Amino acid sequence: MYQPVAVAAGDHAQAHESEHEVSKFGMWLFLASEVMFFAAFIAAYVVLRAHSRGAFAEAARELNVVLAAVNTLALITSSLTMVLAVGAAQRGDRRGTVRGLAATIALGCVFLVIKYFEYSAKFHHGIYPSTNAFFGCYFLLTGFHGLHVLAGIIALSILLVVASRGVFRDGYYTPVECTGLYWHLVDVVWIFLFPILYLLH
Amino acid sequence: MSNDHIHPPPSSFFYKYIWSTDHKVIGKQYLFTAFFFLLVGGLMAMLMRWQLAYPGSPVPVLGKMLSALAFIDDDGRVTEEGFNQLVTMHGTIMIFFVVIPILVGAFGNFLIPLHVGARDVAFPVLNALSYWLFLPASVLIFASLFVEGGPAQAGWTSYAPLADLTQTGFSAGHGQTLWLLALFLVGWASILGGFNFLTTIIKLRAPGLGWGRLPLVTWAQFITAVFQLLATPVLAAALCLMLVDRLLGTSFFIPEHVYPGDVASGRSGGGVVLMWQHIFWFYSHPAVYILVLPGMGIASDLISTFARKPIFGYKAMVASMASIMGLGFIVWGHHMFVSGMQPVMGKTFMISTMLIALPSGVKVFNWLGTLWGSSIRFTAPMLCGLSFLSMFIIGGLSGLFMAATPVDIFIHDTYYIVAHFHYIVFGGTLFAVFGGFYFWFPKMFGRMMHEGLAKLHCALTFVGFNLAFFPMHFLGEAGHMRRISTPTEYEWLMPVQPMNVFISHSAFLLGAAQLIFLFNFFWSWVAGRRAEPNPWQSNTLEWTTPSPIPYYNFDKVPTVHHGPYEYSTAGAETDWTPQDRPDAGPAAGPAAGAGKGH
Ligand code: HEM
Ligand SMILES: [Cu+2]
Repeated sequence: MYQPVAVAAGDHAQAHESEHEVSKFGMWLFLASEVMFFAAFIAAYVVLRAHSRGAFAEAARELNVVLAAVNTLALITSSLTMVLAVGAAQRGDRRGTVRGLAATIALGCVFLVIKYFEYSAKFHHGIYPSTNAFFGCYFLLTGFHGLHVLAGIIALSILLVVASRGVFRDGYYTPVECTGLYWHLVDVVWIFLFPILYLLH
Repeated sequence: MSNDHIHPPPSSFFYKYIWSTDHKVIGKQYLFTAFFFLLVGGLMAMLMRWQLAYPGSPVPVLGKMLSALAFIDDDGRVTEEGFNQLVTMHGTIMIFFVVIPILVGAFGNFLIPLHVGARDVAFPVLNALSYWLFLPASVLIFASLFVEGGPAQAGWTSYAPLADLTQTGFSAGHGQTLWLLALFLVGWASILGGFNFLTTIIKLRAPGLGWGRLPLVTWAQFITAVFQLLATPVLAAALCLMLVDRLLGTSFFIPEHVYPGDVASGRSGGGVVLMWQHIFWFYSHPAVYILVLPGMGIASDLISTFARKPIFGYKAMVASMASIMGLGFIVWGHHMFVSGMQPVMGKTFMISTMLIALPSGVKVFNWLGTLWGSSIRFTAPMLCGLSFLSMFIIGGLSGLFMAATPVDIFIHDTYYIVAHFHYIVFGGTLFAVFGGFYFWFPKMFGRMMHEGLAKLHCALTFVGFNLAFFPMHFLGEAGHMRRISTPTEYEWLMPVQPMNVFISHSAFLLGAAQLIFLFNFFWSWVAGRRAEPNPWQSNTLEWTTPSPIPYYNFDKVPTVHHGPYEYSTAGAETDWTPQDRPDAGPAAGPAAGAGKGH
């Protein structure tokens, strides 16, 4: 993605270090805009909830807290495996990187599969985004979050292929770390969504 | 320093012009797309002005040609619904497909890497992606003109529930949905640009280029990029909410009781109408600064260059832009004084809005201070820069009136508002843009634009603009609502109808004057005088490269020794001092030190 065109020195190690820093910085900025994106949704949720508190509490009871708790656990664990993958890539440990990435992908898939069952149970009971304001928020927030998980899984899968070829060595691991940052954000967003949607009655 | 990293330019047509990662090519892609929309949006303005001057009479020439479109009937008249569509699409196109793409997409892309002494932006591929999100958005918005029922017609602000309901006649068609999708894509194009530019400016500055040596154009782009990065996602979220309201039948902006018809057709209600306005303006107030800050930056460079003086109060210029940024996030409520809000909130928004006038005033006085006692070179770019300055003052002053709630309740939603923002966006920003083209055209295309035609265009635009827009203040005070198609329907507007006729004719003059610009642009591109590297004897880094600029900008990454505005330095060999000129000379002296500091 990044071409070290502006790096003055011809020294490659230095070019890599600077490329690493620039990419990471860009990723942080991008995450800031993602935070604003979700913050706007959450603000809408807060406003709507303030308008019809009773209805929200009632509707929230229909959600499956146990499944969501399992999902929370899956995502938090996946953040851990992501950290392990980044650490391994930093050390140039190919097998460690591949294992960490594979575990993260697996846990992300667990999350999506459970989400799929949650959604289909809702549809089965005739609950749709249009059912009421609470479910509008529920489907919107979890839907966009789910899309982010999916995008993360795709990015991680690409990394997995790349990593298995042993590309990440000699201190080059920028894509792994940047994707890791993104993955943690997706995790953090969920940490907010879980209590406001499932636990607040 | 070695040049190992210079990759050869791409040789295939596809990588050179279509999927190019060169910031200069991407800038031009943005530019030409925006020019196309400038024509479209400008024609729409002409149609509206015809209707307002001569309600219900067929539009000469154009009417018949365009009668296939939804907003023109078979006899070539603008229909009442069509007028709403024209207002909506004119505003949307001019803001999102003309001014922002030109300021940020074209000038930002072109100038930022040059001004920081880099060979490209930090993420060239994402930069290309940004344009390739913008283009589909352009196609969508243009296509919406041709769909059944016509384009969106709820105003560029798309207030809910008007824009939100699919069951009522008003927003039933696909036009509004396409509008939402197009803006969503434009939004992400803008976010990608924003974080790319921020990274470039923060991380890729050439050796010696401290923060205090950054040209103000680039400072302005920096602040703008912060807005893009943090405010645009909020717009994206608002668009998503409305989109699911329309497509999935949710009720984010639809309350229970008001629209029984919609409740009956599966709507649950429970939404909050005003929420749209809050979220929309949380983005769109910062967006109006996206529309003007880069213009301020361009004007600063033009004024300093042609006054042959360092910019007065460089640090104050930067600080005022930074405080505009901070305040810009907390004033959105001034668009909603009449929508209903707690008096305490109203006062808060009133005060924060008035505070914005302070940094704006600081900038104005600094520009004036730069001009004071200078020997001005009245070139075409400078005339445009001075026009920017004078028009911005008028627009800023009318803003102050509207910021006061008691006054605004009277003039809200009248032509006074239309006058205000046109003074800033057309009178201010577009003049800066024209000036920017006259100034940087040699860098972009390697040739000079025709100076005589440029001056003629600038003068005619100045006259036409003021004749067209100044009377709108009076219309507003006379109670002339904005966005109405037939002023003659209202008895109290009959006395001011001649003013409408006058305005329309001035607008036609103004519109025609823009053809001079377009002619000059394309004629100079092929036949203009070949430009030397530094035709304006200017300091910043882009002028140290050949005209036009080679693929990788600098064959050697420059080292910066000076601030951007060291003009007429006592004892220097020329009256300008290129930023990369190695001799330290007397530049450290207090007289020339205004642009320095780290
Ligand atoms: C001195 C600074 C400014 C002040 C105090 C100010 C104040 C205001 C206020 C109070 C309104 C709402 C009026 C109403 O709808 O009743 C308004 C509208 C508007 N302003 Fe400003 N403004 C300032 C500068 C700007 C700038 C720099 C721009 C953009 C480039 C701008 C663009 C607009 C636009 C586009 C609207 C109309 C939005 C709409 O309703 O369609 N203003 N301004
Ligand atoms: Cu505003």
